[in-house]
Amino acid sequence: MNQAAASPAQVRGIEAIVIGASAGGVEALLTVFAQLPADFGLPIITVLHLPDERRSQLAEVFDRRVAMPVVEARDKEVLKPGTLYFAGPGYHLSVEHDRSLSLSQEDRVHHSRPAIDFLFESAADAYGTGLLAILLTGANQDGARGLAHVKQQGGTTVVQEPTEARVAVMPRAALALHTPDHILTLSRIGSLLASLEYSPC
Amino acid sequence: MEKSSDIELRLLIEAIYLKYSYDFRDYSGASVKRRVAHALRQFDCATISALQERVLHDPAAFMQLLQFLTIPVSEMFRDPSHFLAIRQEVVPLLKTYPSIKIWIAGCSTGEEVYSMAILLREEGLLERTIIYATDINPASLDKAKQGIFSLENVRAYTANYQQAGGQRSFADYYTAAYDYAIFDKTLRENVTFADHSLATDSVFSETQLISCRNVLIYFNKKLQDRAFGLFHESLCHRGFLVLGSKETLDFSAYSKQFEPLVKQERIYRKL
Repeated sequence: MNQAAASPAQVRGIEAIVIGASAGGVEALLTVFAQLPADFGLPIITVLHLPDERRSQLAEVFDRRVAMPVVEARDKEVLKPGTLYFAGPGYHLSVEHDRSLSLSQEDRVHHSRPAIDFLFESAADAYGTGLLAILLTGANQDGARGLAHVKQQGGTTVVQEPTEARVAVMPRAALALHTPDHILTLSRIGSLLASLEYSPC
Repeated sequence: MEKSSDIELRLLIEAIYLKYSYDFRDYSGASVKRRVAHALRQFDCATISALQERVLHDPAAFMQLLQFLTIPVSEMFRDPSHFLAIRQEVVPLLKTYPSIKIWIAGCSTGEEVYSMAILLREEGLLERTIIYATDINPASLDKAKQGIFSLENVRAYTANYQQAGGQRSFADYYTAAYDYAIFDKTLRENVTFADHSLATDSVFSETQLISCRNVLIYFNKKLQDRAFGLFHESLCHRGFLVLGSKETLDFSAYSKQFEPLVKQERIYRKL
């Protein structure tokens, strides 16, 4: 298990990445993804909270500004390496043991559907030590429990440096629940991701 | 090595199947796991094994657990554009049939059933239509049969109804009593509510239209294909299949046996 102080460059054996963000998330994600090459080799699954009534065009918005392919997550779709998935509005997004995606409409978690907790927990069950989970800026507590579960299952956890976060509530809630492997600025999170594809799996 | 809680979960699902013939074995795992975890807290059981013991020896406890395992999230005229598309694209074709049979699979507490009945009445089709409304949860079916919904929710459905091309005042269809809206019982004169499982039961009738919305997302691919197989068998030549806004035939073994009529609204036709 990595220590909190370990250098990001030591993260090895990652098979998938999950990211959660809320208020301030669009900007934060753009900063993180800006550093990724078009041939990035791992699947990235993202939950970004948005008000329900805004029909989500997230995938389209990000597709224009991120080099790797970006799509809205679809039910029963098998995760492909090198693809960035966004959870659509109104449905929870989970990863199944066979590494496909599933949607559901259980109650909201922390007023949110999709919930970061559900994505993180299910992905941790599917990938175990092969999962890297990253929690960014936000104004609620979603993701904290999920991140702790990722750590329990042997995955690697990263929380955005709260002093840098546009809204620090979400990173701080996560830090209150467990000590992540890394607390990093957005730009260092981007470098960490960019370094991953060269890691032997 | 498999985790103990995963083993316990599989054993619980197996026990439910053996004892009560409810088959959750091919449901999507992540959601079932969360719902059982939620049930554990409500039942005050420390482990899934403890819950299994209770459920095996107490049928009433099983019926309670069933309420956690099924997800009755629904609203009337949910995704109004979907119902508008049915009205504009499907109804003109349905009108060519002398009599119509519609199957609403996984009708939950009935919101979809009343929505469809209202739409058909406004299009002059309800009298010559039989609607089969099926679900695995008897408590949901009972609620659907009553047609009583919270007035607060019904007010929210009014906007949906209007956006879905509703031709009257939504209040014409119900009587308000205290905090409830009691729906016009003539809407369900031609509705047969029945216990039916897409996981274990077979086809019971030929139909012209099947609506199964936000049910298939809870199934794994294998069970989805079983359901699509039933729908394919039940539908007449060129019959209509309508799905939830995030459900698709794309990953299914049956994708080549249907064609999209209004793809955006998940309206398909059997080839």
